[in-house]
Order: sequence, then C-alpha cells, then structure tokens
Amino acid sequence: MESLSNKKKVLEVKPLNFWERAYLPAIFKGLAITMKHFFKKPVTIKYPEQKREFSENFRGMHSLKRDEHGRERCTACGLCALSCPAEAITMTAAERQKGEENLYREEKYAAVYEINMLRCIFCGLCEEACPKEAIYLDGDIVPADYLRKDFIYGKDKLVEAPLNQ
Amino acid sequence: MELTDIIVKIILIVIVFAISLVIAMYSTYAERKVAAFFQDRVGPNRAGPLGILQPMADGAKMFLKEEIIPTRASGLLFIVGPSLAILTACIGSAVIPWGQKLTIGSTIIDLQVTDINVGILYIFGVVSLGVYGIMIGGWASNNKYSLLGAIRAASQNISYEISMGLSIIALLLVTGSLSLREIAEQQHGFWHDGWFTWNFFKQPLGFMIFIVCAFAETNRTPFDLPECETELVGGYHTEYSSMKLGFYLFAEYINMFVSSAVMATLYFGGYNFPFMDSLGLSANWITIIGVVVLFAKIFAFIFFFMWIRWTIPRFRYDQLMNLGWKTLIPLAIANIVITGIVVTLLN
Repeated sequence: MESLSNKKKVLEVKPLNFWERAYLPAIFKGLAITMKHFFKKPVTIKYPEQKREFSENFRGMHSLKRDEHGRERCTACGLCALSCPAEAITMTAAERQKGEENLYREEKYAAVYEINMLRCIFCGLCEEACPKEAIYLDGDIVPADYLRKDFIYGKDKLVEAPLNQ
Repeated sequence: MELTDIIVKIILIVIVFAISLVIAMYSTYAERKVAAFFQDRVGPNRAGPLGILQPMADGAKMFLKEEIIPTRASGLLFIVGPSLAILTACIGSAVIPWGQKLTIGSTIIDLQVTDINVGILYIFGVVSLGVYGIMIGGWASNNKYSLLGAIRAASQNISYEISMGLSIIALLLVTGSLSLREIAEQQHGFWHDGWFTWNFFKQPLGFMIFIVCAFAETNRTPFDLPECETELVGGYHTEYSSMKLGFYLFAEYINMFVSSAVMATLYFGGYNFPFMDSLGLSANWITIIGVVVLFAKIFAFIFFFMWIRWTIPRFRYDQLMNLGWKTLIPLAIANIVITGIVVTLLN
C-alpha cells in the first residue's frame, strides 16, 4: 500500500566492512569527539554564588506589598485563598484600630497571613485574584529548610520591608 | 645484604606504597573531574580549592559508614575478599623499576623494590591472583547479583589473561628477557640504530592487544561487566559497605596505576626519555628526570583509561567473549608468528 505521506525510506542492512568490524577507527572517532568536549567551557552555573537571570515573568516567593505611604495594602478579603488551587494560603482578618491608620490602608487587615510554601505551586492565581494589588510573586526562589513547619511563611517573611522612616 | 640496604629497601617500599595509595586516592578525584570535563560539567569543587580535598572527605565518609555484614554471608570470606583484592593490587608494584640508580655519597640506590629475573611472570601471577578477591567477595556475599558479578569477573579475567600472555610472549621474543629492569634498560633513549628503541614501535599490535586486555583485567569500561551497575546493582560489591567497599574501589584504582606503570615500562620506555644522553646532566639528575617522566607516562595512561571510560559504552557479555576468544587470541598468535619470523630474519 502506498503511504499517505510518501516518506517511505528503504533501510538497507549491509554487512559491516573490515574497518567497521575492526572497532578501532570508530573508537578513535569517538575519542576525538569526547576530547572536543573536554576543552569546552562547562555550562554549569555555580548556583549559590552565581545566579541564572530570571525571566521577567518569573514567579518566585510571594511578597505582601505596601502602598506609597508604607501601609499594608492587604485587606484580608480572602480572594487569594479562595483562588489558590493548592490551598496554600490562610489568613485571619482583624479590624483596624484608631491610631493604626499609618499601618494599614483599609479598615480591615490580615492579622495573620500564612502561605505554606510546600503546598504552593507558584501558579500566580493569588496575584491575579487580588483586587488590592497586595500580593506579588516577585521574590527569589524559596530556600530549602529542614522542617516542614519552617516552610509555613508568616507575615514576618512575606510583608515587604517598610519604607525608610 | 647489609643493614643500610635493608633500610633503603624498607624506605623504598614505604614510598612506593604511599605513592600508590595517594595516586589511587587522587585517581578517584581525577576520575570525577575528568568525567565532568568530558560532559561539559565542573565536577567536585566544594571541598577545598577546586575540590582538592574531596578524596579526604570521601575517605572519612567511608570510614564512618556503618559496617554491614549480611547475616547469611560467609563471615570470614566476606572480610577476606576485599583484603585480598587490595593486597594483590598493592604488591604488583614491587617489580616495577621506577628509575635508574641513584648515587648518594657511596651508597647506590636502586629505584626498584626488587629486581627478580622473572618480573613479568610475577606481575602476571599477581594479576591473576587479583580475581580471587572479587570471586571470594562475590561468593561470600550470598547474593545473586554478587555471584553473577563474581562469575563474570572470573571468566572475563581467564579469557583475557590468555591473549595478554600471548601478547607478552611476542614482546619477550623481542627483548629476550623477563626482567622488567632489563626491558626498561633496553629501551634506553629514544632512537638507536635507525629505529625507535621503545617497544611500542617494535610491537604496536602487541601493545594494542595488551592495552585492551589491561582494560579487561582492571575491570574498567568498556569491560566493567563485573560491577555493571545497570544490570547487577553493584556486581560483586553489592553487599559491601563502609571501608570494605572502599578497599574494592581502591584496589581498582591501584590496579589501574600498576597496569599503567607496567604498560609504560614494557612498551613506552619506562623512565627513558628522548635525548637523555645528550643533555649533559649528571647521572643523578637524569635519574630524577626519568622518574618524573615515568610518572608523566603513568598519568597519561590513567587519563587514557578515564578517557576511554567516557567514550565507549559497555560491551555485552557475548561480545566481550567474542572479542576475547575470536579476535584477540588469533591476533596475538599471529603477532607471535610474525614477530618470530622478523626476529629470525634480522638476526
């Protein structure tokens, strides 16, 4: 039957000639190839000292943003937690007290905000869900650790450093 | 034998022993580094500058690991195996001439532990003893993989020893001596009477057969079927841990070092180098340069071992046997015949 693509290739199995059976020329060819690699520059990036440049839309560790007056933007609406497909985000909301206007932008804020970095899949849906532009995955790679509990990042690690006061 | 002679010999033995251990140690480092370079990687680079301390770290790890002897293993033989492997690896270097004579004051130091007149046969005997370490260890482990590895090692070594011996017979026809010292002396300089003095140029085919057999005898790729981690887990050392495993690995590298030294001595002029007579240096300096040259040749061979390892994939077992019995042995016999005819005609 004629094949539709017409890409038929007839394979011919020839017996090996003397030099092919003698192994040696092929071995020398192989040695030459490996020797070429010996002098090539290694492609390794020595990680902790050198870092590969991230692409512009790289999604790393989360950070909770502050506004231009240094107040936390998060209002603990819970949309990020709701949108999270890995259920990595939990939070406890609290009401802003008098005198805390310079700390929190809205009347409600997140007293506790935790992301379990072992659950997080870095999909960026929290970032998209946030109506207050409070959470961004613009950080570095999440570092390794020894204990599971140490991978639950609270506000101490997530909130952006305050503006210089 | 005088007391000074004995002391000199003991010092020489200790030095040779220490050098083979240090070289074996750094061969593990070199292997990893060379492997990395061949694969466009960096290799170990964390322990010390350029990873120079890596072998110490590996050694410390080996010593500190838990010592496991399987309950069903044959206790004594399980320990005898690696000990025998490293013992036979270490004693092979006894007959290798490391250099010419060194004269200090009135004492003449022979840079060779012992110059027995059957040096080649001694090396041969030691090499064929080496397989017992692997066989005993593999059998004593009471493990199918280990046993398979041991069987493979045994049959491989027996097959390749034949062609190795035959290739050496052709060499002996040329040299007329079994003493390694004499063979090395015959290759003095580089060019004499219109032809190279080094045996490689008199026995190229013999050298080729010898080096292939050396690869097989030291269980190096492409003939590393006894360990063959893709098929046999770890081969004969599957059940070994801690320093007993370290002994096996060490024995392999010492074997590599000794067989490199043997190849350099038999075929590549040993401690001889071109223009050694026309440099106008004193005999002692020539000797010292000769030792350095010999070690350069040895390192070149060790590098070649590693280079081959990262170039050629492992043979299948039937291919290995075919190559040994159907190719190398007839070739070696033909080599003997041709060498015999040529030697007769030239005399």
